[in-house]
Order: sequence, then C-alpha cells, then structure tokens
Amino acid sequence: MNSTMLAIILLAVTALAYQFGLLRSTRQGRTLAREQVHSRPVYHAAWLAICCGTPGLLVLLLWSALEPLLIRNWLLASWPELLGGPAETAGTILMRRLQELAGGADNATALELAAAQQLGQLQTWAALGKTALVALASAGGLIWAARRMNATFKARHQVERMVRTLLLGCSAVAVLTTLGIVLSMVSEAFNFFSFIRPSEFFFGTKWNPAFSSTGNTHGEYGLLPLLWGTLMVSLIAMLVAIPLGLMTAIYMAEYAPAWFRDMAKPVIEILAGIPTIVYGIFALMAVGPFFAAAGELLGIQVRATSALTAGVVMGLMIIPFVSSLSDDIITRVPQALRDGALGLGATRSECIRQVVLPAALPGIVGAFLLAFSRAIGETMIVVLAAGNSPQLHANPLEAISTVTVSIINQLTGDTDFAGPQSLVAFALGLTLFVITLALNVIALYVVRKYREHYE
Amino acid sequence: MNTTQNTQPAGLQAPRAKMQAQDVRVFYGEHQAIKGIDLELMENEVIAFIGPSGCGKSTFLRSFNRMNDTIEGCRLEGRILLDGEDIHAADMDVVMLRARVGMVFQKPNPFPKSIYDNVAYGPRIHGLARGRGDLDDRVEDSLRRAGLWDEVKDRLHAPGTGLSGGQQQRLCIARAIAVSPEVILMDEPCSALDPIATAKVEELIAELSQQYTIAIVTHSMQQAARVSDRTAYFHLGELIEVNATDKVFTHPQNALTEAYITGRFG
Ligand SMILES: Nc1ncnc2c1ncn2[C@@H]1O[C@H](COP(=O)(O)OP(=O)(O)O)[C@@H](O)[C@H]1O
Ligand SMILES: [Mg+2]
Repeated sequence: MNSTMLAIILLAVTALAYQFGLLRSTRQGRTLAREQVHSRPVYHAAWLAICCGTPGLLVLLLWSALEPLLIRNWLLASWPELLGGPAETAGTILMRRLQELAGGADNATALELAAAQQLGQLQTWAALGKTALVALASAGGLIWAARRMNATFKARHQVERMVRTLLLGCSAVAVLTTLGIVLSMVSEAFNFFSFIRPSEFFFGTKWNPAFSSTGNTHGEYGLLPLLWGTLMVSLIAMLVAIPLGLMTAIYMAEYAPAWFRDMAKPVIEILAGIPTIVYGIFALMAVGPFFAAAGELLGIQVRATSALTAGVVMGLMIIPFVSSLSDDIITRVPQALRDGALGLGATRSECIRQVVLPAALPGIVGAFLLAFSRAIGETMIVVLAAGNSPQLHANPLEAISTVTVSIINQLTGDTDFAGPQSLVAFALGLTLFVITLALNVIALYVVRKYREHYE
Repeated sequence: MNTTQNTQPAGLQAPRAKMQAQDVRVFYGEHQAIKGIDLELMENEVIAFIGPSGCGKSTFLRSFNRMNDTIEGCRLEGRILLDGEDIHAADMDVVMLRARVGMVFQKPNPFPKSIYDNVAYGPRIHGLARGRGDLDDRVEDSLRRAGLWDEVKDRLHAPGTGLSGGQQQRLCIARAIAVSPEVILMDEPCSALDPIATAKVEELIAELSQQYTIAIVTHSMQQAARVSDRTAYFHLGELIEVNATDKVFTHPQNALTEAYITGRFG
C-alpha cells in the first residue's frame, strides 16, 4: 500500500475515533452529575482522535523518510559487483536503473535482474511493514487513550496542551527555517572568503569576476561598485517615492472625502501588488526609451538602461508602500492636536505642515527606512533596466549594476559552488541581508517608539 | 420650547451680548444634535453649559468658532453673531474668527513643540508680533496670565508635552490667550485633571473673566457653581433653562433641570 493511501485511511480511522469518543463520553457522562464531568464530549473525542492519529502519522513520516535510504544501503551492500564507480554517484545511477528494471524493462544482465528482483521484494516487504507499524501505532494510541478516558478525565486540558504544542511546532518551523537560511549563507560566505580576502571583497573597487575557463585567476570581487550602484538606484527611487508618496498620504489622510478614500486606497494598494517584473518590463520598454529620447532632444547623452531609469521606475513601485505606511501614521496623530491648531486659526495646510507632520515625523521616517530597505533588495527592475555595468561612477544617466543583479549574474549558467565565481553570491546576499535587516530593525524601532508616544 | 431666559445677573449694568445664537440647529448627517437654540453670550461673563452627556453641549460650543466645520458631514442651520456680525457670512474669514474666538479642549493638547513655541504658535500664524522681542513679551505675558510663568520660565525650550497634565492645560490656555481672543470656549477643561490642578484652572478662569467672555462646558455642577455667572442647562439637543447660576442651582424653573442638579439622572 502506498503512503498516500495509508494517510487517507489513517485520516478516516482518526475521524472514526473522534465519533467513537463522542459517543462513548456522552454515554459515560449520562449517569453522572454535571459537576462531576470535567470536559465536554467534544474534548474527549478530540483527545481520542489526536491520540490515535498522531502516532500513526509520526510513524508514517519517519518510515517514509528512512525507507529509501535503508533499501539503498541494503542493495548496495548485497551487490557490490554491480557498482561501477564511487558509491556516491554510481549508487544513485544504479538505483535508478534497478527501479526501471523492477518496473519491467528488458535488456538487462542476469545479475541486474536478480538485484532488481530483490529491490521489488524489499519494497513489498517495506510496504507491508509500514502498514503494519502504522496500524499498530494508531491502535496502540487509541487503546491507551480509550483506557484513560472516563467522565472525570481532564480531556480539555490535554487538548489545549496539544493545540499549544502544535502551534509552537509551526512557529518553530518558520523561525528555524530563517535561522537555517542565515546559517547556510554564513557558512557559504565563509567558504567564499577562503578564496578571496574579506578586505578585497569589502573594500575592492573593481568588480570583474572571471569564469574559471579563462585561466587560473579568479578575477576581482570588489563590492563597492555594486554597493554604490544599489545605493544610487535606491536613492533615485526614494527621491521619486518620498515626495509623491508623502503627498498622496497627506491628501488621503487629511483632505480626501471618505468616499474617495474608500475608493482610492484599494487602488493604490493594488499598485503594490503588481509583480516587479512587470515594472521591469515597463522600465525597459517605455521609461528607458522615453528618457533616451528626451535626452536626445536636450542634447544630452542618456542611456535607455541606466541608474535613472531603474531608479525612477523603482520609485514608482515604492510609492504605494510609502503612502500607505505614512497614511496610517498620519491618521494616528490624535485629532486633538489638529483641533488645537485649527482652533487657534491655523489653516488646514498650516495645521498639517506645522503640527501634524512634525508629530508624525518619527513614524514617517520609519516608513521611509522600510521603503528604502525594500528598494535595496529589489531585483527584477534593476536586472532589466539598470544596464548591468558594474562601474564606480556618479552619473545616473549611465548604466550601472547592483548587488542583486550581480547575484543573479553569478548564479545563472553553469554553477558548481566550488569556486568563488558562484560562492560570491552568498557573500553578496549576506551583505544585502545585513543591510536590510539593520534598516528594518531601526525603522521598526522608530515606528514603535512613535506609537508608544501616542497610545 | 420652554426656555427661560429672563433674569440677568444682578450687579451688571446694561450688559452687551458678545455672541448671539439664533435658532441654531446642528446636524451630523441625518442625526440632529442641536434642535433650535437661542442663546446670548454676554460681554465679560462666564457662562456654564451643563447637561447629561450626549445632549449636545460640545456640539453647541464648537458652533461658536465653527470648529464643527472640520467634521465631515456636520452641518449648521440658523445664525450665530459675533458683535452683531454673522460668523457664517461670506466676508467672515474663519481664520480671523478663530483668532477672536479661541478654544480650550477637554484633553490638554500641547503641540509636540517647546513650551515657547506652543504659546508663540498663534501669534506667529496670525503675524501678531513685530520682531523677536515683541514675541517674547507676548509669550511671557500669556504664560503669566495663565499662571504658568513661574513654573516654566527656566525651561521655555523644553517640550510642552513634558509638563504635568494640569500644567499642559494651563499651557493650552496660555496658547489660546496669546492671540488676544475676545471669547474663549472651554470644553470640559478640567475633566482630565486632578483636584489641585482643577482648582488652579478654576482660579485662572475667574481672573480671565475680567477680560474675556468665557463659555465653559462642564460635567461638574460644583464647578459650574464656582466659576460661572450664568448657567445653561441642555437636554437632548435643546436648551431647557438659562439663568443666573445661583438661581439655577437653588430655584430651577424646569423639572428637568431640577432632576439633573439633584442628581436624579446624568
Ligand atoms: N463627530 C460626530 N459625528 C456624529 N455624531 C456626533 C459627533 N459628535 C457628536 N455627535 C452626536 O451628537 C450628539 C451630541 O454630542 P456632544 O455635543 O458631544 O454631546 P456632549 O458634549 O453634551 O456630551 C450626540 O448624540 C453624539 O452622538
Ligand atoms: Mg462633550
């Protein structure tokens, strides 16, 4: 029986256990006074179901994880003569071949056929064993639980505890995954630094990674041109996004009538949901050529794919981000402050400029920082529209490259993660991660501080 | 309507009406919060507005400097006059109106600025001061009149939000009088203050009444009795009774007023 079937049957059995628990505890409780019964029947039933389903599920998962490994080791040990090379790769190839044969293929040697036959047999046994063990575990859990169950049993507490454990488990997965990602990045980055000295990476001003085929030098891995590119594009983006986003937020929070706000806010938020690749295409097809043509009219040399193009489009992308965060923060400024200013005869715009915005400033700065960190990590727009030229120069009309673009460049094509050419991606990723993390932490701190101030 | 509005406080000779509300009706969308009120605020008097909560005291008070304009969906019918001029007239500028009719709110609401800048805010936006020295004088004068000068003169540039609640409220009063208003509207100015701070603010109101016309909403009848010359009792958006304060509290003319001040509801 395969695992999917088994899981479905297990689920059905669990449901039956639930019904059984419901019936049984209702019957048990009937003869007792109300205060003698601790938990309502649903809790008894849930407890029974959990006790029955969980062990079976765990056994199933464990078995499924271990089975291929055990069978493989067994086979390789029994048929060493079939192994043509080192156990690592040849083993995998052999296993694939045997699987095919077991599934019914011809043109095989007798030895191979025998091994394939053994594989089939092993798999049959394994399936049997799995079914038996799962059934045993479930039945055991069910019987154990059913024997403990009586009217005074505190099933409610047990169920609550299990729910808590489950939730804890789920959040642990999220946290541990993050931790795992960071750790693997760190270790690969260290790997990279065994090829290139950190000082060469962090302070190098030349980015020119040579691919291994071009000789035995690794090339140059200076971070600064990329970091500078990232910074330049992000700054241009912020120059676009801050004024437009902030004005939008002010209009939405202070001037727009309710019906308009209700209509426009979702529209703005939809902008935030457009995939960035679409913005990238827009930059490449529309904005870049437009800038180039405009430059030509003015007699200035403007490249279609440049820091300016990428920055402006990225700025457009961030506007909804800036505006909805700032809007929240401006709305949170107490009405009492506005009343105070208006009551003194301030006009609406004086009130906003002199009282509301200063009061909201820390929060708004926080919003800007979050938007900035978003810009720094943005990839698709710059891949398409920044021109990919890792040079240290200060001309926004020229092509440039960024950290994210370089990561993509280093990882596309044939990569083996043995040389610095691809390992550098981890060092770059880690650098980016640290920068955005720092920005986010500062921003969240500032925003939180601001909220405490007014709530 | 059974409004009783005859007796003037004794001892005042030929008092002049500073502001007049004539058949004022205020609506929040469909809901009518004020149902046709006539009332005069006399020059240099302190008039207290009392009544159960939700009866429209704040709404009515805010009508006098058009603060209700800032609320979406709020609409006023009827007329309100300041020195005989309609405050809703086309040539009446709301900025000027609010400079003449100032307001102090329920919760102290100093701006997130220094004490000095809080008080200087009004004079600055109205361009009342000629030069720095003049502004300094105005700030000092306002703080003195609000009885706060001695407490803050050494930290004028500290944030206004760092003061205690009572000090903040007096700062807000100083801020209101810094633009030399003629009328000051106060909406439960002591409801967020402790008894000592309340006493200070009440003292201040008594002093200010020599120079300004003051309308004060209060939920404390003792406070109304202590600070006001006249008291107006509101009920469900109507003005039930207005009379000299001691009359209202000793011989209420209306059964509703009596029920309220004897604590049968509120
Ligand atoms: N901003 C508003 N929007 C809608 N209704 C309001 C608003 N403010 C007050 N009201 C309504 O108007 C009535 C009078 O309120 P208010 O003037 O605040 O009473 P008071 O100050 O006497 O407690 C109440 O019924 C209240 O629900
Ligand atoms: Mg009120």
